Amino acid sequence: MSLEDFDTVIGLETHVQLLTRTKMFCSCPNSYGAPPNTAVCPTCLGLPGALPVANREAFTIAIRAGLAMNCSIATATKFDRKQYFYPDLPKGYQISQFDLPICHDGRLELTLSGGGSVGIQRAHLEEDAGKNSHGDHDSGTLVDLNRCGIPLLEIVTKPDISSPQMAYDYLTELKLLLRHVGVSDCDMEKGSLRVDVNVSLKPKGRKEFGTKIELKNINSFKFVKRAIEFEQQRQLAIYEAGGTIDVEETRTWDDPAGESRLMRKKEGFADYRYFPDPDLPPFHVGKDWIEQVRDAMPELPAARRRRYMDELGLPDYDAGILIQEPSVARWFDETVALGAEPKQVSNWIGSEIFAVINERHCDIYDLKLSPKILAELIGLTQDGTLNVKSARELFHAIVDTGESPKKKAEAMGLVQVSDQGELEAIIQKAIDANPKAVEDIRAGKGKAAGAIVGFVMRETKGRANPAVINEIMERLLG
Amino acid sequence: MSEIHDMGVIEIAEAVRSGKTTALEVLEALRARIQGHDRAFGAFLRLDDEALDQARALDAAVAAGRDPGPLAGVPIAIKDNIHVAEQLTTCGSRILEDFRAPFEATAIGRLRAAGAIFIGKTNLDEFAMGSSTENSAFGPTRNPWDDGRTPGGSSGGSAAAVAARFCPAALGSDTGGSIRQPASFCGVLGLKPTYGRVSRYGLVAFGSSLDQIGPFTRSAADAARITRIMAGADPLDSTAATVAVPDYEATIGEGLEGLRLGVAREFMDDRIDARVRQRIQESVDAFARAGAEIVEVDLPHTRYAIPTYYIVATSEASSNLARYDGVGYGHRNTEAKDILAMFMKSRMEGFGDEVKRRIILGTYCLSAGSYDAFYDKALRVRSLLRRDFEQAFERCDLVLGPTTPTPPFRLGEKVDDPIAMYLADILTASLNLAGLPGASIPAGFVEEDGRRLPVGLQVIANRFREDLIFRVANAHEHLHGFAKESPIS
Repeated sequence: MSLEDFDTVIGLETHVQLLTRTKMFCSCPNSYGAPPNTAVCPTCLGLPGALPVANREAFTIAIRAGLAMNCSIATATKFDRKQYFYPDLPKGYQISQFDLPICHDGRLELTLSGGGSVGIQRAHLEEDAGKNSHGDHDSGTLVDLNRCGIPLLEIVTKPDISSPQMAYDYLTELKLLLRHVGVSDCDMEKGSLRVDVNVSLKPKGRKEFGTKIELKNINSFKFVKRAIEFEQQRQLAIYEAGGTIDVEETRTWDDPAGESRLMRKKEGFADYRYFPDPDLPPFHVGKDWIEQVRDAMPELPAARRRRYMDELGLPDYDAGILIQEPSVARWFDETVALGAEPKQVSNWIGSEIFAVINERHCDIYDLKLSPKILAELIGLTQDGTLNVKSARELFHAIVDTGESPKKKAEAMGLVQVSDQGELEAIIQKAIDANPKAVEDIRAGKGKAAGAIVGFVMRETKGRANPAVINEIMERLLG
Repeated sequence: MSEIHDMGVIEIAEAVRSGKTTALEVLEALRARIQGHDRAFGAFLRLDDEALDQARALDAAVAAGRDPGPLAGVPIAIKDNIHVAEQLTTCGSRILEDFRAPFEATAIGRLRAAGAIFIGKTNLDEFAMGSSTENSAFGPTRNPWDDGRTPGGSSGGSAAAVAARFCPAALGSDTGGSIRQPASFCGVLGLKPTYGRVSRYGLVAFGSSLDQIGPFTRSAADAARITRIMAGADPLDSTAATVAVPDYEATIGEGLEGLRLGVAREFMDDRIDARVRQRIQESVDAFARAGAEIVEVDLPHTRYAIPTYYIVATSEASSNLARYDGVGYGHRNTEAKDILAMFMKSRMEGFGDEVKRRIILGTYCLSAGSYDAFYDKALRVRSLLRRDFEQAFERCDLVLGPTTPTPPFRLGEKVDDPIAMYLADILTASLNLAGLPGASIPAGFVEEDGRRLPVGLQVIANRFREDLIFRVANAHEHLHGFAKESPIS
């Protein structure tokens, strides 16, 4: 027996926090990092007498996510209560959507990995719970309810995913898409994207699915891949030993140990006693609302990539890099809109700018250097005012000041020397000082020109226009 | 000017506004009356000393020539499941014994802005679950007409307070009859508005799709004024209606001419005490003589109202009361060794028997395997009950009947028989299921053991037609005048 004898059946449930201004059912700010239990109000604390009021913006964002994932949008939807007791759940129920999710029956195209797609079963709105932290023995368990009521979209795939790599590709694609259309920042470190994985093996040719195992608490896409790989082998080993998997389990992934561990067996099934939340009347989503969202849909990453290649003539590699980060793509578009040559802009972003923002872990928009300034800088290299080396020097001088490139270049004395007379005099000096090189050049040894150019550059402190040097050298030596 | 304790809402507001009396004088007189008499009845759980400051501030406003509002200086008692900011809200329960409201109910805020004074909090069945106010963790309330009998429930404290002339008005909440049934038992007017008429924000939820806040008063005009002020849309309650609120007082005197009053056959059958039926018939006859047209109507699904109600209400309650887990506030068992034990012990100790019974019943009704047979089926019957009324309102403007099948029963009489207790709501619960407004208005007395026991006439209108209820109730007052009688001197 080997993995070849089985189909791996994988389904993912991804929770993303939505980029709304306020929480799902109250007017508390949707923020991260406030001191514990300060970003709360009677409604998100679930105090007696408080009531929820649904956030329209969350609907708009959920609809946008749904359309981006080619989902049908429910025109009649509602909220239901999912009931269980837990210290981080102050009402004893979570307001969620049970049988009428806002989005259903969609499909996510895997454009980054070059083909295939994953069916989206449903995506529904719900509220986040708080957070328990288990401190030392004396303080016991502490509960922070700031996260209570933050809007979540739970995106459930069909069991279409057949390999660990495909799960990885789906998540990468999903994250890219949701970030580009402004649904979520999908930051796993802050918990704004969380994934649960269901995995089972099914002997090839058999119709019924095997008993699924749920993996929780996986904090990176790489770990998702590793956890599924481990789970395939673990389940295979059970079958190889003649065993069966009959009871659903929830397991947690321990990446340092490289293994999943049992959290609980799901004997019978969890009865959440869902019922329609009587505090929230059924919600009607008008066709014109959906159309408005569709009309205002930002460019999807796949279309953007295609545009960069087809219309702007960028290589596939450049286009792929630029769309990784929505703000970078937007910054790129703004710079190009100012007339800068796209490939030049891409080069600057891919080299100097990435180096700076990666080092600082900041957003491209945090730089003082704006699209307008980069466009000007590129202009100076193209009209011969700056050579490449000077342009780089100038970039680092103004990246944190936002000064005018032209003025700064003059102030720094970086403007290229292109004056024929001035350069000819220096070149003549170089020729006189390097008879051996001149001989070699005349003998056709092109490399020898380096000595002459180097001399000129030293004399001009690197500001000589290389094109003009070449032209004069050819005239004098050719 | 009559004795302060006999004065109604409008009378006090006008006297305070015109400077004939002060808010403080009114408040102090009523506080003295409560302190003197309430030990016998237990209508109040607490008097609010801050009311004195509120009254002084209001008097200062009057003295300074500012408009003190249409409820200037009117002391209103509040059922202890409605939040008055910074006051305790116990819900009659050990589990919330120390719970101080961190915010104010929308209805309370509106009354406060209109000049009302919150004199104190009244007793209730724990979490409004009961029909006798015997389920309060802080002891029962007694009926001012006969202290051996219950005032009804769950808003028994508020009804008794208005009947005993401790205050001109009180607020209650009505989930299956909890305003109307005690109003009937205590001989006062009690209105449950249309579902969505008054915001539920700040009312501690029992059955969220059924609960409504409403007033107790001794006159229709007084209830009209309070209702108009409380009613209207609220951005904090998605179920509060945006329907415009009419000026009820402007149409209250229009009389009965041209009104078609339906008498529900199912409300007048022999399950109803014959003496009660007789009082109701007398009121109906008086309406006919005064120019109303009387028609018979059918509400064929009435007999399913109680089982349907107890499924819907307990299901919602089982969910609404899940938050009392001892984690963030409320009673917590500190000996439990793990979280599950803490939840269970805190709830076991904090809740009384009736609340536990309903949580268990509701939890069962919502469980997988029972949901379809109970909750879902109840929702279907609910729409049939709604349709019953829709059809009735094609034939009449208002439906009449008794509020309760019997006069007030004795303390302890039904505490060991939950089903008998539940049947006290047999004529009231269908309105909550249909979302309709209804009032119980005083309709005379029956004699028992030498005591006069009040009977209530229930007046039911179509959605958002509280104006018609006030009109009929006002006309009834002029035909009878029962509410003028006081159980205690």
